[in-house]
Amino acid sequence: MTNNEHIDGSEKKYGQFHRRVLESRGGLFAVLTTIAILIGGVVEIIPMYTAGAGPETGDWVTPYTPLEVAGRDIYIREGCYLCHSQWVRPMRAEVLRYGPWSRAPEYQYDRPFLLGSRRMGPDLHRLAQKYPDAWHYEHMRDPRSTSPGSVMPPYPWLLTATVDPDDVQKSVRALKKAGVPYTDADVEGVPASLAAQGQQIVTSLAATGVETTADTEIVAMIAYLQRLGREGKAYLSDQGGGE
Amino acid sequence: MSQVGTAAVPMPNYDDDIVRKFFGATVIWGAVGMLVGVIIALQIAWWPANLGLPWTTFGRLRPLHTNAVIFAFGGNICFTGIYYSMQRLLKVRMYSDLLSKLHFWGWQGIIVAAAITLPLGMTQSKEYAELIWPIDIAITVVWVIFAINFFGTIAIRKVKHIYVAIWFYMSFVITIAVLHIVNSLAIPATLFRSYPIFAGLTDGLVQWWYGHNAVGFFLTTPFLGLMYYFLPRAADRPVYSYRLSIVHFWGLVFLYIWAGPHHLLYSALPDWAQTLGMVFSVMLLAPSWGGMLNGLLTLRGAWDRLRTDPILKFMVVAVSFYGMSTFEGPMMSIRAVNGLAHFTNWVIGHVHSGALGWVGMMSFGTLYWLVPKLWKRELAYPKMATQHFWLATIGIVLYTVSMWVAGLMEGLQWRAVNDAGQLANPFFLDIVNRLMPYYWMRLLGGVLYLTGMVMFLFNLLKTIKGSGASVSEETHAPAPAV
Repeated sequence: MTNNEHIDGSEKKYGQFHRRVLESRGGLFAVLTTIAILIGGVVEIIPMYTAGAGPETGDWVTPYTPLEVAGRDIYIREGCYLCHSQWVRPMRAEVLRYGPWSRAPEYQYDRPFLLGSRRMGPDLHRLAQKYPDAWHYEHMRDPRSTSPGSVMPPYPWLLTATVDPDDVQKSVRALKKAGVPYTDADVEGVPASLAAQGQQIVTSLAATGVETTADTEIVAMIAYLQRLGREGKAYLSDQGGGE
Repeated sequence: MSQVGTAAVPMPNYDDDIVRKFFGATVIWGAVGMLVGVIIALQIAWWPANLGLPWTTFGRLRPLHTNAVIFAFGGNICFTGIYYSMQRLLKVRMYSDLLSKLHFWGWQGIIVAAAITLPLGMTQSKEYAELIWPIDIAITVVWVIFAINFFGTIAIRKVKHIYVAIWFYMSFVITIAVLHIVNSLAIPATLFRSYPIFAGLTDGLVQWWYGHNAVGFFLTTPFLGLMYYFLPRAADRPVYSYRLSIVHFWGLVFLYIWAGPHHLLYSALPDWAQTLGMVFSVMLLAPSWGGMLNGLLTLRGAWDRLRTDPILKFMVVAVSFYGMSTFEGPMMSIRAVNGLAHFTNWVIGHVHSGALGWVGMMSFGTLYWLVPKLWKRELAYPKMATQHFWLATIGIVLYTVSMWVAGLMEGLQWRAVNDAGQLANPFFLDIVNRLMPYYWMRLLGGVLYLTGMVMFLFNLLKTIKGSGASVSEETHAPAPAV
């Protein structure tokens, strides 16, 4: 087999140009390839940081509380986002099933974003206050006790594992550094905030006969799940139903 | 036009030891990654298979599956093919043996680190970019080592022209570096946890710019490079069209990068970005099919060999699945179609027709072709290669068909509204449970595909141990085309 047999026959004028000018210069070829692959990304991503072209923001959304941050980290650790989306699309059936479709500002403090890509289970973006705290406790312990026929695995270890306040403080500090508008006082107040919000959930669970402590992972998880879409639902119902 | 006479250039001493190493890693990690895939498919059909342990639940094993098959299996086969073909195309040993070894062991170390951290729940949650930030830094370092070795080899080449396979390899080396670094930018909170510098929908856009181009530049362009080297060699035919290879190369690398936002259609991401993503995804059909046609037409005059040669069987099915899934992808990127397909099993079926069909079958064709070249022996069990081919092909068909049906079913049932304007299927779980037969069928498809892979592993081990007939293929085989 001679060397150019493979390409002879279809090599015309501009093929010769490509061959002489580009294929003999590895560096130039690499530079042109780099330019070709950068254009699309630059055109799509840079405008996200310019007013008007990027995603909308809104002052009706607040950053996650420390307990919600801890719950969100557990949600990420367990890979919940692989089966549950947080993204109600603007379609009739979705609004009927889940509630008002998801608005851009609702995601503004989400780092990382957790929109999801698969619905093995239902969407969770309007989950807040759909069920009582005790429902979530039972559902995590044994999904089939609240949802017969569910394919979700049980998460009993959330009931006993505990949240480390130092760890959450580090998370809140890093989120502040990344750009979430927490104050220094917010960072300092993480342990107190965790205990206070955790105690509210412990009290609500106790009312239905479930005994737990404020530092368990299940409490953080419930705080996060009861937060999902809460501000969106309130804001959009003020706006007239949000559909 | 044979300005590069093979006789004029002294035959360099090619480094095939590194190729054998990457080859072995490909087969081992491939079997592991596919086994994890079968396990999580079982977990969906039968939840007790989650085993009640934190580190074996679906949510932790699914990223292990995707990372293992993309970066461990896919990565190692790309490196196998690149290290073998580059040396022969450029008629020079790799730039640095030390860099080759650092690349190999560094990459395997990253895979082991991934296999430990992901089941422990250490993840950044971005699909195919889950690994925690210290591993992200290690990936960057190993990638730079690979890039120096790659461009160093081009710099010291003994052949003036750079063959089309290497253009595709080059786009892989460059683009993966850019995507990985940008998408991994994060503020560390602890050694194991970090938060991205991008927020909300912008973070989603950056992730899917990365995620879709991981498909484009990790699972497509290097495999097209493999196709351009190994398919003509296996078929002993010249590439059909040089002009087509130029047009579809530049078309593909320019258009692919825009396609990411089709993963966010109907989200609150600004509409202009969604529309750009959709339009470029549809345009992507043209260069994709350019590559498919160039591959298939290369076989003109050799179609009869398809009856007897398992290597060509693998490669033809691979290129056909490439064409099929690059038609399906642009179609699913059209807003109205995406509205039905998104979030459903259809997407899982689409991914696997690309992964099992294109990536997997192209890999097997390449690997089977390489066995006698690398070990100087024929396969211990030549017929087993054909059996592997049929098991894998039937497996893919069962997989994609079951996921198409399941995907359309759930997509239609989620949106069905009755005459009274209410949801026809108000209980989500009713729909979930109707999908079970298809989940079992998908599992069977996966088991068949894995069985073929295990047979290959067995066949390879027997061959290396010396059961196959020896061949007189010299190490310094001439390059196919420059």
